[in-house]
Amino acid sequence: MDLLSRQGLRTDGRRSDELRRISCKMGVFNQPDGSAYLEQGNTKVLAAVYGPHEIRVNRSKAPNDCAVINCQYSMATFSRSERKRRPRDNKSAELTVHLKQAMTTAIKTDLYPKSQIDIFVEVLQSDGGNYSVCVNAATLALIDAGIAMEEFVISCTSSLANGEVPLVDISHLEETLGGPSITVAILPISGKIAMLETSQRMHINHVEPVLTEAMRGCRYIYDTLNKTIKKHYEEIGGALNWGTEEYNI
Amino acid sequence: MVMKVTSKTFIRKTKRGNILKIVREHYLRDDIGCGSLACKKCKRNGEKPLEKNPSVDNDGVPDKHYLLLDTNVVLHQIDALEDDTLKNVIILQTVLEEVKHLSHSVYKRLMDLIGNHSRCYYVFVNVYHKDTYVERVRGESPNDYNDRMIRVSALWYNKHFDGKIKVLLISSDEASKAKAINEGIPTMSLEQYVKGLNNVTLTDKLSNRNSVVEEISKEPIFPPHLTPAQIHMGIKSGKLLQGTFFASNDNFLEGNVFVEGQEKNILLQGREHLNRAINGDIVAVQMLPESEWSAPTNLVIADYDDLELENNLNNTVQPKDKHPTGRVVGIIRKKWRQYCGIIQHSVVENATRHLFVPAEKKIPKIRIETRQYDKLKDQRLIIAIDTWPRTSRYPLGHFVRSLGKIGEREAENEVILLEHDVPHSKFSDQVLACLPKETWTVTDSDFFGREDFRDLDICSVDPPGCTDIDDALHCMALKNGNFQVGVHIADVTHFIKPGTPIDLEASQRATTVYLTGRRIDMVPGLLSSNLCSLRGGEERLAFSCVWEMTPNAEIVNSSFTKSVIKSKAAMTYEQAQLIIDDQNQNTAIAIGLRQLNKFAKILKKRRLDAGALVLASPEIRFLMDSETRDPLDVEVKQLKETNSMVEEFMLLANIEVAKKIYSDFPEFAVLRRHPKPPPSNFESLIKAAAHLGVELNVDTSKDLANSLDKAVKLDNPFFNTMLRILATRCMLQAVYFASGTKTYDEFMHYGLAAPIYTHFTSPIRRYADVLVHRLLAVSIAAENTTPELLDKRKIDAICQNLNVRTRMSSYAERASVALNTHIFFRGKIRDEEGYILYVKKNALQILIPKYGLEGTLFLSPRKGQLQMVTFTYNEEEQTQRCGQVVFRTFDPVTVQLSLDSSNVQHERIVLKLVKPEIPNFSIPSSIASTTTVQQTQKNPKPCDSSSEPLCKKPKV
Ligand SMILES: [Zn+2]
Repeated sequence: MDLLSRQGLRTDGRRSDELRRISCKMGVFNQPDGSAYLEQGNTKVLAAVYGPHEIRVNRSKAPNDCAVINCQYSMATFSRSERKRRPRDNKSAELTVHLKQAMTTAIKTDLYPKSQIDIFVEVLQSDGGNYSVCVNAATLALIDAGIAMEEFVISCTSSLANGEVPLVDISHLEETLGGPSITVAILPISGKIAMLETSQRMHINHVEPVLTEAMRGCRYIYDTLNKTIKKHYEEIGGALNWGTEEYNI
Repeated sequence: MVMKVTSKTFIRKTKRGNILKIVREHYLRDDIGCGSLACKKCKRNGEKPLEKNPSVDNDGVPDKHYLLLDTNVVLHQIDALEDDTLKNVIILQTVLEEVKHLSHSVYKRLMDLIGNHSRCYYVFVNVYHKDTYVERVRGESPNDYNDRMIRVSALWYNKHFDGKIKVLLISSDEASKAKAINEGIPTMSLEQYVKGLNNVTLTDKLSNRNSVVEEISKEPIFPPHLTPAQIHMGIKSGKLLQGTFFASNDNFLEGNVFVEGQEKNILLQGREHLNRAINGDIVAVQMLPESEWSAPTNLVIADYDDLELENNLNNTVQPKDKHPTGRVVGIIRKKWRQYCGIIQHSVVENATRHLFVPAEKKIPKIRIETRQYDKLKDQRLIIAIDTWPRTSRYPLGHFVRSLGKIGEREAENEVILLEHDVPHSKFSDQVLACLPKETWTVTDSDFFGREDFRDLDICSVDPPGCTDIDDALHCMALKNGNFQVGVHIADVTHFIKPGTPIDLEASQRATTVYLTGRRIDMVPGLLSSNLCSLRGGEERLAFSCVWEMTPNAEIVNSSFTKSVIKSKAAMTYEQAQLIIDDQNQNTAIAIGLRQLNKFAKILKKRRLDAGALVLASPEIRFLMDSETRDPLDVEVKQLKETNSMVEEFMLLANIEVAKKIYSDFPEFAVLRRHPKPPPSNFESLIKAAAHLGVELNVDTSKDLANSLDKAVKLDNPFFNTMLRILATRCMLQAVYFASGTKTYDEFMHYGLAAPIYTHFTSPIRRYADVLVHRLLAVSIAAENTTPELLDKRKIDAICQNLNVRTRMSSYAERASVALNTHIFFRGKIRDEEGYILYVKKNALQILIPKYGLEGTLFLSPRKGQLQMVTFTYNEEEQTQRCGQVVFRTFDPVTVQLSLDSSNVQHERIVLKLVKPEIPNFSIPSSIASTTTVQQTQKNPKPCDSSSEPLCKKPKV
């Protein structure tokens, strides 16, 4: 199957530079300090943030001058088409580490000494770019929790079709059919890179165009989410009607 | 832009048997245009290939119109569609996908049509268009769903153009046609449409499928095929077997089915058991009960004319060595292609139904309809098969195009090229645009990163008339008593950059093909005969291997570098030999050549000691008339010491480069392996040799080489060469592969007895060498890697193509030799010495070394002939006996050669026995012959090559 037809359309009808539809909702739970639900295409993620609160575990090892960030990435057993009892735990552990790395870059940890911030993300439905959607959802939840950040941290995954055309925001089908992909998490205003990973060995000539496309995707997601958040707070500010509505873009 | 999104849900079964529900997003767009230049509505109408004023010269359709094809029309009428008269065609994405799924070859041809701007084809991506996307209804079959999508798009188009231009749905299925008309879509079949164009040629090109209807009333003569579902069940339960059908070369009512994983092929005999399988088809086979098993008839039957003979013999035969035998119950995948051939002579005047005789013997005759018999009867034609109904003895097909007059060199060459699928069209403009200017010369900037070897005494040695010189040599004494030896190869990759059109074209072509009197280049002539060719006295870019060698030809130091060279002389083998032999010549070139020759002898001995095989394939050369380009005479190629000298150094360079690129690229190195043939390949040869008291040991290549060396018979000086020729035919093909796809043990080149081998020395005429050059360039840091070079899957796919093309090109080259042999024998009768290669039940297969020709000497009478004597066949001993005369493999015979042109379809060389004399069978020696006397001196020397086919240049 071709990832990009001669007419320039991908397997789901998008052009190479089009992202999937984004839809999000903030403050979906009352229990956590912050929460968000994010859909990018058919990948659906829930994020919850607790904190800052007192450090509960390993208090002696914790640094004095900044906050401890605790992350947990998990996948719902029903999230993928082939249901498994414990969906790939090694992978989850790895993604947890990457998630923590990306989020730590953005959070102003020095404002919260001797405290802990817990970030939980759960993939409800998986259709490609799981990690990226989790980072973006976690960002929304952190904002919802009112935790101070340098700026947003936004992630996007990108790969290559026919050996030459970069594809932005790839779906699961494109992940499995295509070659190596790049996942990047950036701070969109400063352009700092918080996390960068390739799925497998990628030829040096391909890195630049694919990475550029992924970063462009990040900025697009940033613009979209930013608008939603502004609209969200305008409305709460106006009606004190705590985010119960869904905002589509 | 605004996109609607919907989702596609489908259920799929995994390999483990789990049921999956898969949900995918499906975006619907509003920026897909209709593709017409006449349209002002479509905002973001990208490509617009459809003409503003499409022509209206069709009697049946008075309005301006575009055509919209349904899937079956594309699949069955692709030959008619390829005719230039049909223009302004809309192909729906739905149709495109279905065609791709159902037939790859038609898909490729359709894509070529779409890419051809003069044909005005537009692909409308209906499945992503917001107005033409339709969801599948519960319970709707995939076929119905596709048909509905096609109708929805046709309706949309007609509405979109508002009647100003009609969009005509072309469909052949009566039911779906009726449905479309019912919905108000202008619809007709392609036959109806073409009728309105009044074009005879185009009418002939229409598929013949509809004549099935006429035939249906007749009694079926073939058993029915099972349905795909039945076949599937049968194969699953083990009752049926799936395999590839190979028609027999000699007997058109016999064939074999090769089943993967099965040791023995399944034998098929008789028309009903073959059941309409055509050579290459993937078939489903049912085994017969063991009591009905049979043995190959070992007969040569070329035509129905020989059938009576077969019946006579069949009754008398009690097969001893029974083969698993079966019958075809269904055809899983048809491998039909277009066939070259000729119309069978017809006596009925004004008949429209004719028989077509394919050039390839393995293909049955094909029934076609044409109104152009008078025009086509003496032409070489291309025909496609449409269908093979149960009621028809022959498959039904239609005319595609004519190649030219029978017997004319151009037409015959075209047949050879097409039959062997050799890409030979002119290089496209995109390819030619990649070429440097004709006035290109080496400039100062070219010296960057290159050694300046212009002062070295480099020379090249090639066959006479060679214009694509890709290798040159030099040798120079060093102060320490050692020698510097250099092999310089044309730097083709300097001009052919990866991924460019010229690169893709060369990769497709894979090799230059040498027909007699015509060369089909892999790269355009400017490169192959000029800028890359290492001509004498001209500065050229090269890729050099430079070794320091001890006087014992041990390499102490080796290096690879890009360079600039200036060859001092481009010589023929003969010229080089003269210089070496003439002790008065003491130029640097002469001294160098002598030293190289010394080294070559040492290297060759070392190689043979290691077990390399000296095999033989008779190579001949035609002396051509420069005016008529007809062959004047034939001679066996004489091999000189210098042939072997060049060959040894090419082998050395190839092996050294193979080691280097493999050590740097263990996964992606392009290598060449020659697998060890299975012992069973040698069985009949061992048996035949044993009858003459010669024992062959085939355990290792060294054992084989030794026993071949020992096998000499004083009374038959050609015996040893014969053995080597036959041994060559027991070999497997050498193949290219990516190193990561095999284990190191499998790299072995059996014929050369080398653990690792590749092709580096002929980049002008072989694409494998181009890849190897690129790898080596990266290895020595002369160039950067490219993504394609490091993609194991891609490299492996390229290798597969190279293997197929290389094999086909060698077949084409053989066919070209046969063609010229026929031309040579027109009007000639010659007595020649020959040797028996194989003893068959009704014939002897005879090799005539002088012409490198193999012919059949029939021992049983052909139809309509009376024969006074009979031969007794002894299967066990492989002999034919008649009175006192016994024929065995390897026996010398004298035969009379002549050309039988009575059958215009297939000219063939006819052999008649002259010696030994058999009263009432052999014929007297013809007076015209004067050539038989010195025969024995003209035997070809064995030539050094593994199982490689014959070619103009030594293949190493
Ligand atoms: Zn339009």
